[in-house]
Amino acid sequence: MTERQVFSPLSLVATGLVCGRGGMALTHELAFAVAPGRCLLLRGANGSGKTTLLLTLSGIVAPLDGFFALEGGEAEAGPALHYCGHRNAIKPRLTVAENLGFWAAVNGTTGLSVADALAEVGLGRLGDLDAGYLSAGQSRRLALARLLVSLRPLWLLDEPAAALDSEGHDLVTRLLDRHLDMGGIAVAATHDPITLPDPSRMETLVLGARNSGAPP
Amino acid sequence: MTAFRAMLGRELRLALRGGGDMLTLVLFFVIVGAIVPFAVGPDRDLLARIAPGIVWIAAFLAMLLGLDRLFRPDHEDGSLILLRQADLSLSAVVAAKLIVHWLVSALPLLLASPLLAMLLAMELETFWRVLLSLAVGTPALAAFGAVGAAVTVSIRRGGLIAPILIAPLSIPVLIFGTGSITATQSSAALLFLAALSLMAVALAPFAAALAISSGED
Repeated sequence: MTERQVFSPLSLVATGLVCGRGGMALTHELAFAVAPGRCLLLRGANGSGKTTLLLTLSGIVAPLDGFFALEGGEAEAGPALHYCGHRNAIKPRLTVAENLGFWAAVNGTTGLSVADALAEVGLGRLGDLDAGYLSAGQSRRLALARLLVSLRPLWLLDEPAAALDSEGHDLVTRLLDRHLDMGGIAVAATHDPITLPDPSRMETLVLGARNSGAPP
Repeated sequence: MTAFRAMLGRELRLALRGGGDMLTLVLFFVIVGAIVPFAVGPDRDLLARIAPGIVWIAAFLAMLLGLDRLFRPDHEDGSLILLRQADLSLSAVVAAKLIVHWLVSALPLLLASPLLAMLLAMELETFWRVLLSLAVGTPALAAFGAVGAAVTVSIRRGGLIAPILIAPLSIPVLIFGTGSITATQSSAALLFLAALSLMAVALAPFAAALAISSGED
């Protein structure tokens, strides 16, 4: 990719962040900083609060204590993050291209075109298929394509490679690498290790451990 | 504006490709109206007197029936979380949903009302007033319904709570709706109904958006 540093340099900084659901704290006080072009990998057992941390960072769940902020960059209009959760937000009865086109329209067509994004994730020939017929892996690919049609600096990925085949794992790595190339940042919760071509770009935060917290 | 149009288009496509949903609502509307004569007896005078009320109650119940599909499918498949982070503001999302909700759940009732009027032995003049009052009043029902659906969307199996929540809010709509058909000062009632509708439609998107964005997933 020739385009580098598409995003204004943003970094995600959290201090004393405690996440939990229903008033019950799931994490210890977390402190981390993710610099532009870096990826924070969340590891931890089931129920250690990976998804809750991602939901907290996306603003859906309020933190129990502490705070986090996206620092740097100009005060842009509109949200700066893509959340990619367990559920793929795909509507059966709409075609694959209609599903993606809708998200492109409401999030801003700042990234790839719908056709290019579908080709990128390997669904190029299925644009006119009813999205209800997609397999679990293909649905996941369509959900990932949503990240490509609108450029946003922060990606919050919850098990991005779930249900994907080995070629799909490579796809996730490739997309993530390119996103970091452009100066974006990412926080990904995963059980399968993601190995980027440049491992120095990745930091790991282990949740649920006694002394959790990666060096900032 | 393109985002708003895309939202409208998506909702319309989903509703129209949904198949039987709309027909179910219409049938429910007609059936509710049609069973009343069996309950109150075949007294023509009595039926003519209560017909406007029956039509309004049938419309009210039919619109409650469609409430659950307003936000719940989007909540269940994760779209609602993403819509909270869309460039298009959440109140605009709700506004688009509200417009489509009226188009697919109230407009078919208006189109089916001649059938109900026939079953209830309504006179032609009364029928026109019923049609007018339904057209003016149903946007308020849809708007109150949207707020109720938004408040209850994060409650599991909350589909039955929304109707209970919004029934008190809908009482003024029913009063002025039937008032604009039967009361002696029907034009004043109709104006009041229009005011209710305008106010509800103007405020509901913001109220519903607030309810959705303050709910945790």
